[in-house]
Amino acid sequence: MASQNTPRSTPPAPRPPRRVAVLGGNRIPFARSNGPYAKASNQDMLTATVDGLVARYGLAGERLGEVVAGAVLKHSRDFNLTRETVLGTRLHPTTPAYDIQQACGTGLEAAVLVANKIALGQVDAGIAGGVDSASDAPIAVSEGLRQTLLAANRARSAGARAKALAGLRPGHLVPSIPENVEPRTGLSMGEHMALTAAQWGITREAQDELAAASHRNLAAAYDRGFFDDLVTPYLGTSRDTNLRADSTVDKLSKLKPVFGKGDGATMTAGNSTPLTDGASAVLLASEEWAAEHRLTPLAWFVDAETAAVDYVHGDEGLLMAPAYAVPRLLARNGLSLQDFDFYEIHEAFAATVLTTLKAWEDPDFCRERLGLDAPLGSIDRTKLNVNGSSLAAGHPFAATGGRIVASLAKQLHEAGGGRGLISICAAGGQGVVAILEA
Amino acid sequence: MTDLFTTIVSSPVARKVGVPQPTRLRRYEPGLPLCEGPVLVAGGGRFAEGIAAWLASAGVATVATAADAANRVGAVVLDLSTATDPAELDQLRLLGAPAVKALARNGRVVVVGTDPSTLTDVAEVTTQRALEGAVRSLGKELRGGATANLVLAQGDAQGGVRSAVEFFLSGRSAYVDGQVVRVDESTSPDADALRPLEGKVAVVTGAARGIGAEIAKVLSRDGATVVAVDVPAAGDALAAVANEVKGTALQLDVTSDEAGRRIVEHATSRHGGLDIVVHNAGITRDKLFVNMDDDRWRSVMEVNLRSILRMNEAILGEGGLADGGRIVCVASIAGIAGNRGQTNYGASKAGVIGLVTALSRQVAERDITVNAVAPGFIETEMTARIPFATREIGRRMNSLQQGGRPKDVAETIAWFVQPGAAAVTGQVVRVCGQSLLGA
Repeated sequence: MASQNTPRSTPPAPRPPRRVAVLGGNRIPFARSNGPYAKASNQDMLTATVDGLVARYGLAGERLGEVVAGAVLKHSRDFNLTRETVLGTRLHPTTPAYDIQQACGTGLEAAVLVANKIALGQVDAGIAGGVDSASDAPIAVSEGLRQTLLAANRARSAGARAKALAGLRPGHLVPSIPENVEPRTGLSMGEHMALTAAQWGITREAQDELAAASHRNLAAAYDRGFFDDLVTPYLGTSRDTNLRADSTVDKLSKLKPVFGKGDGATMTAGNSTPLTDGASAVLLASEEWAAEHRLTPLAWFVDAETAAVDYVHGDEGLLMAPAYAVPRLLARNGLSLQDFDFYEIHEAFAATVLTTLKAWEDPDFCRERLGLDAPLGSIDRTKLNVNGSSLAAGHPFAATGGRIVASLAKQLHEAGGGRGLISICAAGGQGVVAILEA
Repeated sequence: MTDLFTTIVSSPVARKVGVPQPTRLRRYEPGLPLCEGPVLVAGGGRFAEGIAAWLASAGVATVATAADAANRVGAVVLDLSTATDPAELDQLRLLGAPAVKALARNGRVVVVGTDPSTLTDVAEVTTQRALEGAVRSLGKELRGGATANLVLAQGDAQGGVRSAVEFFLSGRSAYVDGQVVRVDESTSPDADALRPLEGKVAVVTGAARGIGAEIAKVLSRDGATVVAVDVPAAGDALAAVANEVKGTALQLDVTSDEAGRRIVEHATSRHGGLDIVVHNAGITRDKLFVNMDDDRWRSVMEVNLRSILRMNEAILGEGGLADGGRIVCVASIAGIAGNRGQTNYGASKAGVIGLVTALSRQVAERDITVNAVAPGFIETEMTARIPFATREIGRRMNSLQQGGRPKDVAETIAWFVQPGAAAVTGQVVRVCGQSLLGA
């Protein structure tokens, strides 16, 4: 092997990026918190979800390039959640895995990461997923108790240990429970959204209409068997438990507002997503890998963009980042907002979707905030969330991205082709958006 | 599926005080010998010589008379296929009785005859038809897990007879007793003995649990790539089965209009073809006839019968099941004997038998075989829920004095779908331990 010693004069040219196929997905039905999955851990749910995907695509015993997933509400013992999950599934145990966390953007960001590695030729196939349990939430000891215990642990003698423990106070025993608030503002996400909704003048009626449509569309999708190869039942549950097929604007209009203040409050439990348990996973691969495994690409993962806004010191709304990410993504791909056949805008709150759409129609916002000459314009609302979204399905934070990628890919495939836009807002003023094409 | 009663009656104490103990049946495992002990081949029919030669080549010891066997006889194969006069039936007794007396535990008696329907001479028909009565009676006399079955040849071809005799000798037929199988003159290609279904793609409906899950496992063990099908609501159990057999899970409702097309599409696009379909999905909705409501009647007919007719249109259509393919339906003893409270179920399962008979003729020119198994009392979650007394009666009232296992049903299906069983079509084999019901 003389050539081994021959020095190379120039580094090899980079390989051209490859197309990335979305081959399919799987999720367990999403369940409102403290319901059927109350005692299921994140690892339980993600394992069941990945195993369902493995069964659907015949991957038992396969070594995949990687599995990437994450959870927003996560126990400290789950530091290696995804790898531990893989070891419990039917995937080959030599399949590597890692965890990520980008709040509600986790699932989509995981897909972006896997897709990028496939595009670069670093892996041929991978699974992107996410899971969250609002029921089996981590409860931490108070900071006082934690400091006391750590001090006792550091103590070198029995006396010193006793002295450290003597510092314990009754108040230290109150556990610290995770809260759905922004650490830097102390406001809950709903309160943040209520501010933005009021600022943009989003009406209660419009929000309730969007919520009713979400339930209607999701129910219809179940009824026509759309989820037969997207969902695997779990713990006796075979449909999303938040789904109300008989939901109407009339019924929704009777609910009392839960976010916002006074008469102007518009956001109710009906037009906001509930705390939810669930998991999702998506199978991504190169064209060659798909062909070798006789799998038909449902859609191509074309491009993605992430944005963040300054909701702390700036005057932008917490959930407005997708409004910034989308125009950058469109510009890079030479597309207009109207060049899509389907739009999947995550319904964190009905008001989130409506504000985002309104912002894109607003000449001032588009000029001043987005730096555009003209507004992005409006979209054909019949193309929005056609198979329902988070208001009906529920929103296990990290699992939403996988739900949307798989559903949109299948929808595009069923339609015989087309282009779809995904937009997901996330805590911390972030947003992840992506384009799929079939 | 062991309940308290079973634990007690099978305990050493119960054995000591004389409670009859069912024999632990010899069940097939790849690599185990065909029979435990030498096989006596006698009778002088037109297949005996070929069977003896094949057994020898398969490494199975054969003897000509019971006295030749050093110990017990593992099995008896009596070929009376050329007997034309009732007087010749004596041979059955003269050759068989000494061997049956020396039969080992889990022994086998296989009688080979000629299908009376292919004969015209009255004496010949009488003679050959008589074999069935003798075999069925003998089945009821045999003890210690031994069985008696009859193979009726419709011609002179050896292949089909050999395949059926092999099935009845082996542990695959552990719970098959007192059955008659007709074999035609089709010839079959050679297949690997340990993995006869290698390279075949098999679809099993109702595969999430019970008998269906076992069918998936046995077909996979025999080499097939399995597509496990069940309703979306059973998807989690289905995924576990599909992953265990390294196949794929396909969630669909067999009663949907799209079911057949989706099965064909999945099998061909994912696995490159479709060779075997096992229509196993079925439900019960029991109610006395006069109280039977619309929903109970209709849902049983839809799932157990009409869905099969509909799916078969796509499965047997262009680009569907390959020529030389296999279809197996799961009928039931209730479709033969009837069951109180099961007019709907009995009708659907009897209908399945009619379907198998008619369809087997229709697709014969494509070398596709269509057969059915009719399970008797099989130990499943479903039978575990039957009330105690009824369950014990169902379990004991058969020649083997015990319930069968899902694996027993699966093994019979796995034989039907073997390449070597090309000559077996339009048959209904009961997997019931020769139940007294419907006998």
